[in-house]
Formats: sequence, structure tokens, C-alpha cells
Amino acid sequence: MTINEKQDEIIEDFDLFDDQLDKTQYIIDIGKKLPPMPAQFQTDENLIRGCQSKVWLHAEMRGDTVHFEADSEPTAQISKGLVSLLIRILSDEKAEDIANANLYFIDRIGLSTLVTSRRAGGLASMIQQMKQFSAAHIGTNQAAERSTI
Amino acid sequence: METATHEILDIEAIRRDFPILDQVVNGRQLVYFDNAATTQKPLPVLNALTRYYEGYNANIHRGIHTLAEKATSAFEASRRAIQQFLNAAHVEEIIFTYGTTDGINLVAQTYGRRFLKEGDEIIISTMEHHSNIVPWQMLCEEKGCVLKVIPIDDEGDLILEEYEKLLSERTKFVSVVHVSNALGTINPVKILIEKAHAVGAKVLIDGAQASSHIDIDVQALDADFYVFSAHKLYGPTGMGVLYGKRNLLDAMPPWRGGGEMIKEVTFEKTTYNDLPYKFEAGTPNIADVIAVYAALDYIDTLGKKNVAAYEHSLLEYATEALGSIDGLRIIGQSAEKISVVSFVLDGIHHQDTGVILDQQGIAVRTGHHCTQPLMRRFNLTGTTRASFAVYNTKEEIDRLVQGLLRVKKMML
Repeated sequence: MTINEKQDEIIEDFDLFDDQLDKTQYIIDIGKKLPPMPAQFQTDENLIRGCQSKVWLHAEMRGDTVHFEADSEPTAQISKGLVSLLIRILSDEKAEDIANANLYFIDRIGLSTLVTSRRAGGLASMIQQMKQFSAAHIGTNQAAERSTI
Repeated sequence: METATHEILDIEAIRRDFPILDQVVNGRQLVYFDNAATTQKPLPVLNALTRYYEGYNANIHRGIHTLAEKATSAFEASRRAIQQFLNAAHVEEIIFTYGTTDGINLVAQTYGRRFLKEGDEIIISTMEHHSNIVPWQMLCEEKGCVLKVIPIDDEGDLILEEYEKLLSERTKFVSVVHVSNALGTINPVKILIEKAHAVGAKVLIDGAQASSHIDIDVQALDADFYVFSAHKLYGPTGMGVLYGKRNLLDAMPPWRGGGEMIKEVTFEKTTYNDLPYKFEAGTPNIADVIAVYAALDYIDTLGKKNVAAYEHSLLEYATEALGSIDGLRIIGQSAEKISVVSFVLDGIHHQDTGVILDQQGIAVRTGHHCTQPLMRRFNLTGTTRASFAVYNTKEEIDRLVQGLLRVKKMML
């Protein structure tokens, strides 16, 4: 599935809910399913500078695609859900596609109010970092040597 | 016994004075519980701003035309109103600033730089807002002074015995908060000042959270400096007050240079203006200073004692109602509190609590409240804080309780 196909699928899922609280509940439930991040990636260097909750992001090249691992502190469940959505959409895609991705799903599912630096643990900075890492690795193919953030 | 004082207040009528309250946020009637961050403004304050800009906007003091005279007269009337509000001995002891932070920085940068030297000790407390920590750290860095911190107990009260142990002939300055923004604790500032004076130290009281809730008498307190912001007492943003004893202000050098703060300027030497103008360089925040008069008048009309009694009834109601929620822990349980309830919910991040309450139309503050050392004292990264003003109601507190039950249901 392409990045946009994945976004469209998520938009369709969220269209089932009218109420913002139901959407938030859905995000929380998605977060609960996010596999825990390996402890060795929960480092200070991988911390996203958000305002209120801790979020870690680890990125590495696998061939010409970028693999992301991310997590939030356990109690920050909305952040975890949002992180999970981003991973689902962007992880294991080509660096160039990630760097150029238009993440329209954020507006379409009514998340734009959550995706501000203050309210969702720096989700906007997380997107920025995912894109920056990818942009820096366009055209590279690092099957053997791993490059990480 | 339920006192009758607050029943004098017609809360429904008061709410009509605050047009902003009557709105739907995220599909629900707004509940505004972020008053410790800033209070809403009543119509008389909004009208004062409009009347100024529509009727007599002019630069003050040196203008000889009628509008300038009218603006100057309104501006200085606010100064006299604030003098009364604080019971200051002299009108020139009232310096207009941009807010509490600005006032603290002014004192640190003028009194502090002029009179403090290497090895001198400055005492603050664990519950200070960053605004009453950082300006002193900057001074310590520059002058080689030493910062000492009064610890607090688990209830959120200053430990007075520890304060006494910190005091010595090396103590030159004490800067403490009157009321904690994160805990609501009302500190015994009169005692703190007395003890500091006994060792010859000067004292600044940060009154940002106190000014709208409790009576302030700087002479009775014998405070050397007292600072607060207008926007936390139903007035406009960007306007604050520094009270200082006249002899101290006189001895302090000016801080910012510019217009109004001078007597005469030549390229060789400038002489400075008298108090209070020495500390008010540049065109001041005229409109907001003028509008503060309306805010003080509004509080006066309601009666600060009535307001305090009513807010106390809200605090008691909220403490009991929130206390009944399983897994909710109130941070700050001093016997002397203003109407602030800071709390944590077991296993739930305060940020999520804030987001989900907002989605139910309830505005609270979450995070460290600019008191990171205090949060660390309680091993927390933040809390959720509901803070009440005179226009809030018990029904709104019920909404908060329902809102929090919803948060729990969604999270756990």
C-alpha cells in the first residue's frame, strides 16, 4: 500500500465517528496496540522535544526504505495512538516518498487541533524529524550498514 | 456554618458581565477553570479600553492638548487606585510594569545589582514560579551571590523552621511567593518578612496569584517590594505593578533608559526623573493601565471579602467532589489555600486529561505550571489544575467531575 492509500484507509476508519471524543477513544485504542519499543532505543538522543509527554523515535535505513520505531511514556495514551498512526503510514516506505509525503490525514480526521507542539507531545516535531531523516537518506541503499538518527 | 456573605453575590448576574463565558466550545457550554493563568475580563474593563481608544487616545504626561490631559489624568487615577488597593503609603511607590515577571526582573537588575555582592545570600522557596527563580539565578551568576531554597512539606506548606535555619547575617534578600500558582498554598508572608527583617534582609513578595483573592496591605505586611499582574485580577494583559518602599526605590538606579525617565539629557550627562517615572521609560501601556481602574472598581463593588468567601466555598466543594474520584490525588493540601485544585489521576498523563476535558468544553491547565523544581519535589512531571474565579459555579465543578470520570473510562 502506498502512503496515500494508507492515509485513505485511516480516514475511512475515522469517518465512522462523528464525535471528537469517540475519535480520541479510537486513537487511544490504536495506541494500546502499538508494540513496545525496544528499551535500547528509548534514549535521550531519540527523545522528541515535545512540551508535556515523552516520545521517542528511532529511524534506520533498511535497503532503500526507512524503518521507524517509536513509543511514548506509558501513561501518555493519546500521544501513543498518534505515534502509532504515523508509524503505520510512514514506516518501511521509501525515503523519498516519506520526505515528500503530504500528510493530509491529519486535517481530514480532525486531528489538527491535537497535532500542535503543545498538545500532543511534539507530534509536529516528530513528523519533521521523520521527514528530515528520510530527506537526508534519499537515494541511499544501506542494506548492510545501518544509519540511525 | 455556611456564611451568608457569598450569597450576597448574584453569580448569574456576575456571569453576564463576562461575555466570553457564554459560548460553546467543542459542542459544549464552556467551563473556564484556567483562572490562575489568566482571568476573564468583565464588561467595565472592556468598555474602559474601548472608551479610551474611541475617546481620548493620546500620549501622556507631556502633551498640552485636551486629549493628552484626559489620558494622563486617567492614567494617574489608576496609580492612585492601585495605591489604595495595596494600601501603599505613597502614590510614587507604585511603578507600572509589564507584569509580575517584569517587576521581579526590575528589582533583581536594579536593587540586586546595586546592593548585592559576592557571597551574599538570596532566599527563595521550593514553590516559586520560574519567574521568581531565574532572575535571581541570573543575578547570582553575575554577582557571585548564593541562592538558598526554603523546603516544603508534603501538604505543600513552607517549613518555617528550615527557613529560620537558612536566615543569617549573610542573607540579604528574600523573594517568596504570596500564593502558590501550582498548589494554591497561601504563605504566611507577614512572618516571613518579619524574620527576614530581623537579619537585615529585604523582601520581595510575588503576589501574582494573591492579588485577586486576598486583601493586600503592604504597610501591614511591611513588604519591601510587592509585585503582581493585572491580567490575573480581571484586568488586561501586559500590565503589572511593582510596589517598592520609597527609600528603596529612591536608592535604586534606573533600569531601562529612554523617554519619561529623565529630568534632563545632554550628551555629557543625564539626570533621572523622580519616582515613579524613573522606572517607567518609554510610552507606557496607557490603555491597559487605565482599564485596570475599572478592574479594581469591579472587585471593589463585589467586595473582595465576598469574593474570597464565595471562592472558598467553591474550593471546599471541589476538594470534596474531586476527592471522591477513585485514583485522584490532590497535590497541595495546605489548610490555607486559595481556590486552586491541582491533581493527578493514577496511570493517566495530565496531557491526556487536559485534551479530553477540553473536548468536553472544560478548560484547565496541565503541565508543570512553570514550577519544575516544585514538581520534582512531588516526583511529578506535571498536574492538572483547575482554578476558580468569582464567576464559576458548583454546577461547573460537577461538569469537571463528570468530565474526569469520562477521562478515566476512556483511558483505563
